[in-house]
Amino acid sequence: MGKINIVQAINDALSSEMERDSSVIVIGEDIGKDGGVFRATQGLLDKFGPKRIIDTPLSELGLVGTAVGLAAYGLKPVVEIQFMGFLYAGLEQVFSHAARIRSRSRGRFTCPMVIRTPYGIGIKPPELHSESTEAFFCHMPGVKVVVPSNPYNAKGLLISAIRDPDPVIFLEASRLYRSIKSDVPEGDYTVPLGQAEILQEGTDITVVSWGTMVHKAAEAAVDFDCEIIDLLTLRPYDEEAVIRSVKKTGRLVIVYEATRFGGFGAEVSAMVAEEAMEHLKGPILRVAAPDAVIPMARLEDDYMPSIERIKKAYTTVMEY
Amino acid sequence: MTIDILETIEVKRLQVVDEKGSADQGLMGPIDDALIKRFFEAIILARTFNQRALSLQREGRIGTYASIWGQEGAEIGSALAFDKDDWIFPSFRESGVLVSRGYPMSLLYRYWMGDERGMRAPDGMNIFPMSVPVGTQIPHCTGAAWGMYLKGAKTAAAVYFGDGGSSKGDFHEGLNFAGVFKVPAVFLCQNNQWAISVPRSHQSASATIAQKGYAYGMEGIQVDGNDVIAVYKATKDALDKARAGGGPTLIELFTYRLDDHTTSDDSSRYRSKEDVEAWKGREPLIRLRLFMEKKGLWTKEYEEKVAGDAMKEVDRAISEAEAMPAPDPADIIRYTYAEPTARQKKEMRELGWEK
Repeated sequence: MGKINIVQAINDALSSEMERDSSVIVIGEDIGKDGGVFRATQGLLDKFGPKRIIDTPLSELGLVGTAVGLAAYGLKPVVEIQFMGFLYAGLEQVFSHAARIRSRSRGRFTCPMVIRTPYGIGIKPPELHSESTEAFFCHMPGVKVVVPSNPYNAKGLLISAIRDPDPVIFLEASRLYRSIKSDVPEGDYTVPLGQAEILQEGTDITVVSWGTMVHKAAEAAVDFDCEIIDLLTLRPYDEEAVIRSVKKTGRLVIVYEATRFGGFGAEVSAMVAEEAMEHLKGPILRVAAPDAVIPMARLEDDYMPSIERIKKAYTTVMEY
Repeated sequence: MTIDILETIEVKRLQVVDEKGSADQGLMGPIDDALIKRFFEAIILARTFNQRALSLQREGRIGTYASIWGQEGAEIGSALAFDKDDWIFPSFRESGVLVSRGYPMSLLYRYWMGDERGMRAPDGMNIFPMSVPVGTQIPHCTGAAWGMYLKGAKTAAAVYFGDGGSSKGDFHEGLNFAGVFKVPAVFLCQNNQWAISVPRSHQSASATIAQKGYAYGMEGIQVDGNDVIAVYKATKDALDKARAGGGPTLIELFTYRLDDHTTSDDSSRYRSKEDVEAWKGREPLIRLRLFMEKKGLWTKEYEEKVAGDAMKEVDRAISEAEAMPAPDPADIIRYTYAEPTARQKKEMRELGWEK
């Protein structure tokens, strides 16, 4: 179908899965006639009708909570939450129920649902529209966390997420929604969950990143020989791919836009320290946001790791 | 300028059998003697289960337990109204519902012993694991009922929660969705007057919990929760209405928690002995017994037989629960995802849990 952006790829994935599987429904706010605040569900109401593309009350707890019941009953709800910060109202439902029902019922009930939500900095929105708190979800056993980085993997990963038998938090970088286009095949294909992609091979520095920052990490790498790993899935993540690469390069820089303290980079860093310490030629560095809440639009570029800061980290590990 | 009345609501309270055991035949409807005896037998069984659970807790054989004493009318009356294919979302104070739905008592004891295997409902029994975070199960019921509506199933879903649970946002969002999408759900609020130490009057300034239903576009009714017949009738009517496409109902089962909140609580710290004693005289078994006696359905010998059978059944369940082999530590990881992750497999090896 030629070059499309991430919004179109998401739309295409939803459409293709809904055609294939009649138990897939989409629920959310303004997803019907309006096509969603980012237009990811545009045209789907006409195609699938109001029993499968369902506009709901403004109620994030209600969306996630009812999705638990829908999923347990046998449907496959894809929940659209307009912005990651709005999902906080539904966190108890994610943590106390969606993540645990398989375990609490010893496999009798399951929760195959997807929560799609835009995350991260980049579109100059009002407050609390730029959250990047993926680490909260990564800390919770029972959920999976997926972060696509381009239209091709967005479509393939979303199809995999919908088919997955467990709840998946699907984080779509709002900055990337319309800023990159790529070739996306028509119809049905999957990109497997839990597998990283080696974006670029290299010998000197392993760079681990996800979402928006994958592109910045790559841009900063022009003068370095970096092996860039796009994790794509954060829970469960491809630990093997990271270890393999670190064993080759001996250096690791983790680039992400969330607060560095307690972020997902800490997990990657600790894991490599445990598994591949003897291969390291220098310290593991994390390039991430400062230990402060995300500012509003005027300061967000100062908050987000810049190309310069990433380059500085590459230089530091090379000169160590 | 005009002032128009946009809505008026009538909040009804249903009682079929009064405290003296006299029934309003017109309200009672088609309830045959066999069903009345089932109510009686189920209350005795649930009460026996409950009393033994409390003793087992004192003996250190099970953990913290939430007693249902006094609420058996609300639990059994509603539980026996369900069809086999309906879905039930209990809170942690519905042992009576589960026992009377045929949920294996050995599994229930096992759960209270701290074993998740006890919450795996037998196949074909659509009973969700009891919810511990208060009120959070309400939207699950709405979701399952919504699924039934979307799939065109002729079933209903029901959820139990307390007066405390009605204060949660989950109550609002769950009922709001249910009203908007007109799903086949029945919301059963066991108003037992106490959310641990906080009385009903502090949960809400609303005169009844039942009337809250009207704000969500559904009928709300208060029922004398210690009148098992009234509870059955109200629940059955609501379920029938739901299955026929008439939408959801909120039922407030007005009852009283005679025991402490759980075995870890001491209710003498916050409520008077007199209050509790007064409600002991109004508990559901006394009323049912009087009613049955008037109908010639109760004798001392009959009750002794029922109680003896219940004790045997409960004893057997306890033996089974205590004889169950210890759970496999690998279960801790096994049920996290459909397939264990690479990390989990590694941890299983490290912990020596791999078979």
